Amino acid sequence: MITLLSHLRTAPWSAKIGMGMVLLTLIAAVFAPLIAPFGETEIAGDVWLFSSSTHFLGTDSLGRDMFSRLLYGARNTIAIAFLITFLSFVVGVTLGFVAATIGGWADQLLSRMIDILMAFPTLIFALMVLSVVGTSIPALIIVIALLDSTRVFRLSRAVAMDIEVMEYVEAARLRGEKLWWIMRHEILPNAMPPLVAEFGLRFCFVFLFIAALSFLGLGIQPPAADWGGMVRENAGAITFGIFTPLWPAAAIAFLTVGVNLIVDWALHVASGLKD
Amino acid sequence: MDFLKQNSVAGLVVQRLSFGLITLFIISVLIFIGVEALPGDFAEAILGQSATPETVAAFRLELNLDQPPVQRYFSWLGGFVQGDLGTSLANGRPIADLLGWRFKNTLFLASIAAIIAVPLAVIMGIAAALYRNTFFDKALSMTSLSMISFPEFFMAYILIALFSVKLGWFPSIANINEQMSLGAKLNAIVLPALTLTLVVVAHMMRQTRAAIINILSSPFIEMANLKGLNRLRVVVLHAFPNALSPVINVIALNLAYLVVGVVIVEVVFVYPGLGQLLVDSVSKRDIPVVQASGLIFAATYIILNLLADILSIISNPRLRNPR
Repeated sequence: MITLLSHLRTAPWSAKIGMGMVLLTLIAAVFAPLIAPFGETEIAGDVWLFSSSTHFLGTDSLGRDMFSRLLYGARNTIAIAFLITFLSFVVGVTLGFVAATIGGWADQLLSRMIDILMAFPTLIFALMVLSVVGTSIPALIIVIALLDSTRVFRLSRAVAMDIEVMEYVEAARLRGEKLWWIMRHEILPNAMPPLVAEFGLRFCFVFLFIAALSFLGLGIQPPAADWGGMVRENAGAITFGIFTPLWPAAAIAFLTVGVNLIVDWALHVASGLKD
Repeated sequence: MDFLKQNSVAGLVVQRLSFGLITLFIISVLIFIGVEALPGDFAEAILGQSATPETVAAFRLELNLDQPPVQRYFSWLGGFVQGDLGTSLANGRPIADLLGWRFKNTLFLASIAAIIAVPLAVIMGIAAALYRNTFFDKALSMTSLSMISFPEFFMAYILIALFSVKLGWFPSIANINEQMSLGAKLNAIVLPALTLTLVVVAHMMRQTRAAIINILSSPFIEMANLKGLNRLRVVVLHAFPNALSPVINVIALNLAYLVVGVVIVEVVFVYPGLGQLLVDSVSKRDIPVVQASGLIFAATYIILNLLADILSIISNPRLRNPR
């Protein structure tokens, strides 16, 4: 923990700004019920009010307080995006390590299947699957996690390939360790740095993806607050010169810029580049 | 069959082509199976609980649901290749009529964006790589990183707020029809094309920069520099031929991204394109339209990716002149 903190101190200013941005969003998400002046779906005033002392960012298309919904939206959107990214890593890393350690036909079969899935644009695939299974949060989580795990598979397989030829893995094999033990105790710890950087990247991607789906009306369904959906609900306001839909859109951009600033630095460190 | 030898250009191209064809075939099967995977009976799901057995039976007959799946797949695919895409469930019109015009609109929007984005991104990427770690490079890198992090609709609404609401220069809704002249069409799609351009330029510029830097740090460039050749000569004669392959790859991949990225932008600007139709049909669960437009999107995407692969093989000097 101490070494991690001292490592953070050496981070460039851009990464520090990124950390601040992410931390701020997380605080907003965790303490949403304490900070928010109004409830998530509470109708608090007239439609599309401008910002005032009671309504910090004005009100939305149904007269709900925008600032409160933004805070609750942070909770819903970030929690679901995090869950999806985590799930996609569990699936992707496991399959990637299995492909790399077993090799041969298992590797061939998995890699070719993933190649075909990756040849298909993700958004179109998700739209088609959701049209068949219908939009619900569990369906959303499983569909996006599985689609995203193909990217994780590629990376973790490549990383594990490099580790798999090391002497210590060979030694573990000769000791008679099982496949799962080797993956868990020899490969995973050594594959951590690139995987962590990738986690940030994938989180951004998933977060933007859910926002896009919700914006299209096919993601998280109302009345739950969600940043992409909030842009959609208020989109009509912009032609009247009311900039309410820009707030949730800016919030999405704020978080992804923050994560990307950190990832940029993490990738730099993980690749050992010096310039 | 000498030309099919491993590592020869023709061999690699044939290999990629056949992989692309297989991918397309599997994707079409997957799209078709999507309908089979519908929970419960497709006909009942569409007609609702109150449908009488007679109407369900008539509907099943109309969709040929009484035939075995394999036969239905081949007649669907056969029809697709001949331009007969079936009829929409929502309004009973032939899908080919719905799609043709919209697909043309989508390609129009995407190609306008590409015409602006490609030269801009390549020039900026090369400039950033040449003046690496200067203020210019860092500023460009920060801007493009934020652009990538912005959702497309954020960029779109900022542009609308600025150019349509505040300044009133361009319409916020890109409504075009067949009677409009090219100039009027172009004026209508300025904002959506600009949104797409901004998104894709950021991606393309970053990748071009990385590809060029990769080349510039290789030993033969260092050798050329150490020989004392001037900078322009090194870049144009030594680096450029080798950078061509990765750069072409970057361009084609981003064009593929553009075709898909168009979906969100079309919805924001209510542009009558294929993406808008796809999203509408998904919410209406108009499965035949979803299938057809999904297959068109997938085919375009796969073909552009294939093109990227093949062009980068052809333009790679090491593969063209085998030892």
